[in-house]
Amino acid sequence: MATNTAAGGTNLLKLWPWVVVPLVAIVLPFIFDSGHAINLLSHMGVAIIFALSYNMLLGNTGLLSFGHAVYYGLGAFVAMHLLRSINDAGGEGLPLELLPVVGAGAGLFFGIIFGTFSVRRAGVVFAMITLGLGALVHSSSLMFTDFFGGEAGLFGYRDEAPSLFGVDYAPSRNVYFLVVAWTFIAAILIYLLRKTPLGWMANAVRDNPERAQFVGYNPTIVRFIQFALSAMFAGLAGGLFVITDEIVNDEAVNALTSGAVLLGTYIGGIGYFIGPIVGGTLVTFLESSLSTYTEAWVLYFGLMFIAIVMFAPMGLVGIVHTQYLSWKAGGWKGNTGARLYILLTGLVGIFGLICVIELAYHYFRSWDPSAPFALMGVTVDATNALPWLVSFGIAIIGFGLMLFHGNPMLKRKLDAKSDGGKA
Amino acid sequence: MLETIAYSIFNGVLYGTLLFMMSSGLTLIFGMMGVLNFAHASFYMLGAYFAYTFGLGTGFWVALFLAPIAVGVMGALVERYGLRRVHQYGHVPELLFTFGLAYVIEELVALFWGTVPVAYKAPAALNTTAFTMFGLDYSWFKVFILLVAVAMFIGLWVLIKKTRAGLIIQGALSRPDMVGALGHNVPMVFTLVFAFGCALAGLGGVVGGIHFVTDPGMAFMMGPIVFVVVVLGGLGSVPGALVASLIIGILQTFFLSVNFSLADSIGALGIEDSGFFGVLWHMEATRIAPVLPFLLLVLTLIFRPRGLFGKREA
Repeated sequence: MATNTAAGGTNLLKLWPWVVVPLVAIVLPFIFDSGHAINLLSHMGVAIIFALSYNMLLGNTGLLSFGHAVYYGLGAFVAMHLLRSINDAGGEGLPLELLPVVGAGAGLFFGIIFGTFSVRRAGVVFAMITLGLGALVHSSSLMFTDFFGGEAGLFGYRDEAPSLFGVDYAPSRNVYFLVVAWTFIAAILIYLLRKTPLGWMANAVRDNPERAQFVGYNPTIVRFIQFALSAMFAGLAGGLFVITDEIVNDEAVNALTSGAVLLGTYIGGIGYFIGPIVGGTLVTFLESSLSTYTEAWVLYFGLMFIAIVMFAPMGLVGIVHTQYLSWKAGGWKGNTGARLYILLTGLVGIFGLICVIELAYHYFRSWDPSAPFALMGVTVDATNALPWLVSFGIAIIGFGLMLFHGNPMLKRKLDAKSDGGKA
Repeated sequence: MLETIAYSIFNGVLYGTLLFMMSSGLTLIFGMMGVLNFAHASFYMLGAYFAYTFGLGTGFWVALFLAPIAVGVMGALVERYGLRRVHQYGHVPELLFTFGLAYVIEELVALFWGTVPVAYKAPAALNTTAFTMFGLDYSWFKVFILLVAVAMFIGLWVLIKKTRAGLIIQGALSRPDMVGALGHNVPMVFTLVFAFGCALAGLGGVVGGIHFVTDPGMAFMMGPIVFVVVVLGGLGSVPGALVASLIIGILQTFFLSVNFSLADSIGALGIEDSGFFGVLWHMEATRIAPVLPFLLLVLTLIFRPRGLFGKREA
């Protein structure tokens, strides 16, 4: 898929992801048809919209926000209040399909209010203001209990609301299709926004605000519009969340939600349109699935994020994309073995590290550390030294070979290649 | 009323000095390196846990010195092998790096010490009553907190203003290239400052862990408030951090200790306890207290981004 620097060529063949991905999304609930899986898929859709809206700030405009959950959460709360009033009116009023629009409106409203003073500066000041606003709104959620529902939160019933097409939204699969539809609409809109002059100016403001100003655009205005639109899509995600979960509490506006969208977007890759899609999907999947396998999932999450920040600032999609470009340009010729060797040793190292972390969690967290414990299909005793030595050994050998054998090897081959080219 | 004022001033100063201990290192690191260390409160937490663990073996007084040193060493490692690498990508990735680090440290602390609070207590010698004010007993430990904070402020002030090391730090702050040209190892200075700032947070943790609770949530709890202090005081200004700590400490304690709402003092004036303004009108001061620091943060950033004593904008 196009990066944000590539010019938008209108080659119809390039539009295939826009057809294939929704088709796959529609087929998925028939393959994974358990209630849990369908809920997970719906959450992924919500997370994708939320992450895409976040990347309108971070990736496109260069604004690092620590309080994006404010707009998601406020959108959700306003949508929830409307859903409740529809419930109270005996199911008369706005069709359920349009509830996310209400969330989007609320997001836009608060985005405009908070945006007026947040976007005057980018960088650290913006990050701090969003952090402060996030904390402010979350603390007020305990003050204004009528609106935020206090600690218990608010709940409504999606099947006690009218439907535009006469669909019964009690089964979660029908809700999932609604989520797919909205995700598709939001993704198209956000993608098209990148192609407008506003989208290009946002990139210019991100890269060099002074020059953008010199050309005649006010960076503050560009940031403000991007901020308000991004808040709108976040509110849309919040409104959709109300439909999937039928409950919303102060968690929707708290710092963890803001942090999760930042982590997910960055892990996916902020420089690519599909980065947040990959990130949002992955984060939701890990949060739900990994947490049933291991207690350590937050740790894996944090370590993955740090590794991405340190070694691959363009995210997972960035890694794949650069390797693909290099392969396409023939950069892999003569050194494919070295690249695969680095990948393999790296994976071995990660495998060892996972074993170590799992052992540590079993040893420190379990009531009885000596209880037999299944580690990668092998039953081990965590109080015994052997599994520790083996795990550490695998990790050290894997990373050691990667850093001190694989990397120099690849570098030598690349050097030899460029020398050969000159000679 | 006098009682309430005296109570909130004393307890506010106490809370404020604890805030100062946590935030002085952060403001130093930011002033020096331009890095807003999101994981600063995590180092504060590590200080408390290290002091607890060392204290089991060596007793409190030795741990008081060992724990900050251990935290400082960890800070140095983080700077040398993490931040320095990320530095080349700019300030936002640095912020993201420390953000991720805060998650990892919290998880590791929960892994090694468990998710429930540990029994980290003041030594018996400090648990005796020092003085009584308005029927409330104040232990020697609270006096000790004040003493540590005062010693810390004076030490920092002397270090920065009166020593050669402080001169180099100040120089590297404004003109790192020039200081480097004079033959000083600027990256090394950065590592040392980061380590020192973390050690200060660690010392704050040694004391704060006793005063509050030592559990894995403490970093998440204090992190945002520490940012408020640093921004309000002016990024990079140690005296600013002190003043801001005291302001926030006293203000928050005052709001927590008075029983006050606009409706109580002025009268309900027929305003119902519903709707946005109605709820605000009837809001008790104790429920406003948690919001205050963040309101201050946002207002400061809007109207005076360089804070009370800062020399430059954030």
